[in-house]
Amino acid sequence: MWRMRRAQPKAGQQPKGVGDSTPPRAGGGAGRVEDETDGCEGERDVNQVNPFWPARLHVVTGKGGVGKTTVAAALALALATGGRRTLLVEVEGRQGIAQLFEIPPLPYQERPIAAAADGGEVRALAVDPEEALLEYLDLFYRLGRAGRVLRKLGAIDFATTIAPGLRDVLLTGKVKEATTRTVDGRRIYQAVVLDAPPTGRITRFLNVTAETARLAKVGPIKTQSEGVAAFLRSPMTAIHVVTLLEEMPVQETIDAIGDLAAAGLPIGRVIVNAARPPLLTAGRITQAELRRGLAAAGLTTDREAVAGLQAEAKAYLTRQKVEQSLRAELDELGRPIVELPLLPDGVTRAGLDTLAATLLAAE
Amino acid sequence: MASDLQAPVLDVDSILADRDVRIVVCCGAGGVGKTTTAAALALRAAEQHGRRTVVLTIDPARRLAQALGLTELDNTPRLVKSVDAAGGGELHAMMLDMKRTFDEVVLAHTDPVKAEEIFNNPFYQAMSSTFAGTQEYMAMEKLGQLRARDTWDLIVVDTPPSRSALDFLDAPARLARFLDGRMLRLLLAPARAGGRSMFNLVTASFGVFSRAVQKVLGAQLLSDLSGFVAALDSMFGGFRERAEQTYRVLQDRETAFLLVAAPEPDAIREAAYFAGRLRQDRMPLAGLVLNRVHRTQLPQLSAARSLAAAAALDQAGEHDSTAEVLRIHAGLVDQGVREKRVAGRFTRDFPEVPVAEVPAQPADVHDIDGLRTIGAALARPLSRP
Repeated sequence: MWRMRRAQPKAGQQPKGVGDSTPPRAGGGAGRVEDETDGCEGERDVNQVNPFWPARLHVVTGKGGVGKTTVAAALALALATGGRRTLLVEVEGRQGIAQLFEIPPLPYQERPIAAAADGGEVRALAVDPEEALLEYLDLFYRLGRAGRVLRKLGAIDFATTIAPGLRDVLLTGKVKEATTRTVDGRRIYQAVVLDAPPTGRITRFLNVTAETARLAKVGPIKTQSEGVAAFLRSPMTAIHVVTLLEEMPVQETIDAIGDLAAAGLPIGRVIVNAARPPLLTAGRITQAELRRGLAAAGLTTDREAVAGLQAEAKAYLTRQKVEQSLRAELDELGRPIVELPLLPDGVTRAGLDTLAATLLAAE
Repeated sequence: MASDLQAPVLDVDSILADRDVRIVVCCGAGGVGKTTTAAALALRAAEQHGRRTVVLTIDPARRLAQALGLTELDNTPRLVKSVDAAGGGELHAMMLDMKRTFDEVVLAHTDPVKAEEIFNNPFYQAMSSTFAGTQEYMAMEKLGQLRARDTWDLIVVDTPPSRSALDFLDAPARLARFLDGRMLRLLLAPARAGGRSMFNLVTASFGVFSRAVQKVLGAQLLSDLSGFVAALDSMFGGFRERAEQTYRVLQDRETAFLLVAAPEPDAIREAAYFAGRLRQDRMPLAGLVLNRVHRTQLPQLSAARSLAAAAALDQAGEHDSTAEVLRIHAGLVDQGVREKRVAGRFTRDFPEVPVAEVPAQPADVHDIDGLRTIGAALARPLSRP
């Protein structure tokens, strides 16, 4: 974060990231960092990009209730495996990360929240738009007293409320800064995972130039948004859409991917959360068959048991059929799909590690 | 144990049959079947209780919208066909068009020339489609409009899938606070004084402030903002009055709030938060609808026993299908236990709130028949074993 950056200043160093006040040029800005995604940072460097998750910023979206925060946390754990460090970021003031890890609410500060497998570390940050705006103003305009006046007047609340586009530039700008931050030429984070707004708002949220262009025709905010927009459209970024095998989430996934593609934003994977194992793939089972099986297992074969179990099996098969047709709809998107298993004990720390391992094994 | 607490059973039919109840508000987290619940309740009110009902939906699934005849977003209620009207009831449905509702509010409060100016202002365009709380405020506004028309004797409202469901209640207050804020008054002061520039005030703090704002935002943006703020200010009285009126209606006995949740931690947490908030705001909470509840048909066969039997069959290398059926059963039993534990958290905090449990449907609902099934399940909730 910016505070951290200023804690280790270098002579003549200009703030970067959210503060890029010059538009990106070839060989600079987003272009420069793109080269690094090819993995030429040095051999066996823990900060080398994961070839199966080839981005530095992973934006995780999905319909509300599909487990976006869970998947984002699992991805941050996965990419931190093996002595790496990742940053898990939330931007909506929900404190979803804190609830998931059962820790006190996160401040506007990057702090370690979990250890990953083989010596990795996940840090987390809750970006607050007000704080981000004040930090931005302070950094570039040395506002000091005026910043405090702004806050006292409710101007910050006002500016970030009336113009959500401006708020989004601040939030995505902060995420860009953390992703591209280096100390002594080395990345602070192997990857940054953003628990992003839901599918309904994601394109607008990431499409920062279009949104601010409507409001700010000139000025530093416009320049700023152009830098962020170039970063979000570069191979540095991948947007993953989380879904359940249910009608509404799948429909929103398809809609969101269409919108994101139309806005030129880089789409990563479709992540199916809470997938149930395929059972009874042979299809239906007769009562006679079931009765014989139950007898062989030493269980009761009374009418109630047989009919009850058959009804349960039938409902499962109906659901499975619906899920298969939804899978087919997702396949048609032509994007790589990862399936995460339904966690039988709900989302626990062990469950997160299971999901992280599944994500890491995805090709 | 908390999960052993028995919540009273919610009697949905007595609410729908009560002619003094004119508004049913369904609220809860996104993705819990809120829209389906609202539509099923409205259909049941029309068919079983002979009420002239309108359901206001926010963002229905495409096929559910089609089932309700909502093929276009025209912001006016349409009669739903294939509803059994033998009992004298009717069902109308509409989908909220946020921007259009906002436009209507502007038109209602100002003259056409000024309205046109407002529509063209980039800040209006941004705010009418993205302002946090606009959708909530517009849902309130539309509810107020529908009630004022007095065409329906029951209005069922599906609330927006807010980041926090509380936005629905907070929208009027937030809008009022925003419009009444110091910042706004400051921006308006020169306009009211007849000055052309907003930032010709020379007070010390404001000088610093205006320089900062100009530097960051640019002058064009400021003049757009000033225009927008001045326009809003002229409509403010009407805005606030209507929002406050609707808020009072929501507190009245004519309204029944139904929380909708699924037995999952996030949804239950949201429902509990909302229940607390309704209590604090003295809003009439009628009950909790717990959707997508999984129950085994065979509670006497435990998950452990079922899995052990499946493993034994696997070992014997026969009856593969039966082994899989037993695994399905075990999964269902476990899920039921987990769901009961999660839902128990709500009942522990709000033991007096009645609950209706609706079993999970194997397939999604997207026709009138499916809504009838859900409505019947709502009226005859699962008994807790």
